[in-house]
Amino acid sequence: MLRDITIGQYLARDTAVHRLDPRTKIISTMLFMVLLFLVPHLAGYAFLGSFAAAVVILAGIPPRMLLRSIRSLAFILTLTFLLQLFMTPGEPLFALGPLVATREGFTMGAFMISRLTLLIVMTSLLTLTTSPIALTDGLEYLLRPFRRFGLPAHELAMMMTIALRFIPTLLEEADKIMKAQMARGADFRSGNLLRRARSLIPLLVPLFVSAFRRADELALAMEARCYRGGEGRTRMKQLAFAPRDGIAFTTVAAMFLGVLFLRVWS
Amino acid sequence: MDASGSPSGGGRVPPPERPSEVRVEPLICLEQVTHCYDADRRDQPALDAVDLEVADGEFVAIVGANGSGKSTLAKHLNALLLPTEGEVRVAGLDTRDPATVWEVRRMVGMVFQNPDNQIVATVVEEDVAFGPENLGVESAAIRTRVKEALAMVGMTEFHSRAPHLLSGGQKQRVAIAGILAMRPRCLVLDEATSMLDPSGRDEVLNTVRRLNRDEGLTVVHITHFMEEAATADRVVVMDRGRIIAHGTPRTVFAQARRLERIGLDVPPITALAGILAAAGLPVRPDLLAVEEVVDALCPS
Repeated sequence: MLRDITIGQYLARDTAVHRLDPRTKIISTMLFMVLLFLVPHLAGYAFLGSFAAAVVILAGIPPRMLLRSIRSLAFILTLTFLLQLFMTPGEPLFALGPLVATREGFTMGAFMISRLTLLIVMTSLLTLTTSPIALTDGLEYLLRPFRRFGLPAHELAMMMTIALRFIPTLLEEADKIMKAQMARGADFRSGNLLRRARSLIPLLVPLFVSAFRRADELALAMEARCYRGGEGRTRMKQLAFAPRDGIAFTTVAAMFLGVLFLRVWS
Repeated sequence: MDASGSPSGGGRVPPPERPSEVRVEPLICLEQVTHCYDADRRDQPALDAVDLEVADGEFVAIVGANGSGKSTLAKHLNALLLPTEGEVRVAGLDTRDPATVWEVRRMVGMVFQNPDNQIVATVVEEDVAFGPENLGVESAAIRTRVKEALAMVGMTEFHSRAPHLLSGGQKQRVAIAGILAMRPRCLVLDEATSMLDPSGRDEVLNTVRRLNRDEGLTVVHITHFMEEAATADRVVVMDRGRIIAHGTPRTVFAQARRLERIGLDVPPITALAGILAAAGLPVRPDLLAVEEVVDALCPS
């Protein structure tokens, strides 16, 4: 049952969006996130929303997958909306006991919901259309300039790669340990939360012990294969920008300028 | 009797004799190597004054019971462990020299026991590329090396698979490809077959034998399966940190009693030959293959 968990939600397709350089996608997503906080009125959100919808269609992502990630954050979305609605001072709309909803609050709430929803949609799009390996590679490239401030870009990327590599292995092992403990009478499924949390100890202790042993052996194997950090290391797959990356950047930049223009104008 | 076949108690193990050649420096040379994991307990070394030479192109099997020091020995061959006393030279380079340690590790590649704990990347070809990437090989050249290495172990069609979906034997072949991509001179298998099922073991061993025969790759195979040692050029038997016997598989396995005393078995067919010989049948007790026993019993 633990095998059903999938980490990252990459959806392998062969579309223009999937083929974009991971760096393009990461930078564009970040720019889009900034845009979300610059847009002055709801019409702007409609514009950004239609852009997001266009990308979703282009990437061939079933909308229900996005709805699922929005739904998982529905609670936070509702809470934010209600807080904005009742806490913003202004022209009263209606009262609920001591709480007064305001027109300004409603507008602010709508703003926040649009922002957060688009935020979720765009970040999900990034992980849905970019394989974890490509994402890691892209991050390593983008973080490289920060190395001179002491950021271990290569090490972080290597850690992510190894984590991705070992997630399925450790899940499989957890499954095995769980079955072994269940065969000896361990009960993982009944009791209250505390009881269930405590029943995980016989699962987690062996899992951690084995993870440390694996780490030790992997380190030895990496050393035997001449690994000595990122210095002087080359890569087989080198990231390369293609014309489509130029198109993507131009589109995002045009949107950015447009929104800035709108903002200065109004 | 074969000159290299005389068993001796811890003396120098010569490479097989090549009468037509002038004596060349062996690829790997261990001289009086002693290793203590714990500096306070020098009375119990994991390796005790071991002398060993491995010639270029040889297939050497090192056998021994658990704790006999065979894995410690293996880790000395590529400077993962350094001798407490004595000296290890690989192609003339001292493994204690920090300046050449990476060259030593490039020349002597190692495949470990657990297939899962030596694969670094999430895609087969990326993992094979890991070694050459570390060596700073140029991108296009890495691609050719990866392609060649995967072809040599017969894993070409799996190049874009996720390693955790492969079988144990396939994972070990990927690990071997990862070593081959570094263009090594020697492949050390540190009990690389011990966690595999019989078909996985065959898969890996056939690959390694072919590499030894066709590519001239030197192989040091550490194992506790005696059948696997039977096909090597030379068998080295270890017990409590010492080499207690060495020679061709035939001469080593003929000493069934001695091997049993240190907790090792001879290959089953050799054991059978021994029993038949003891029962007075016309079978020599040093046979290694089923066919040899068949020929001895039913001469055509």
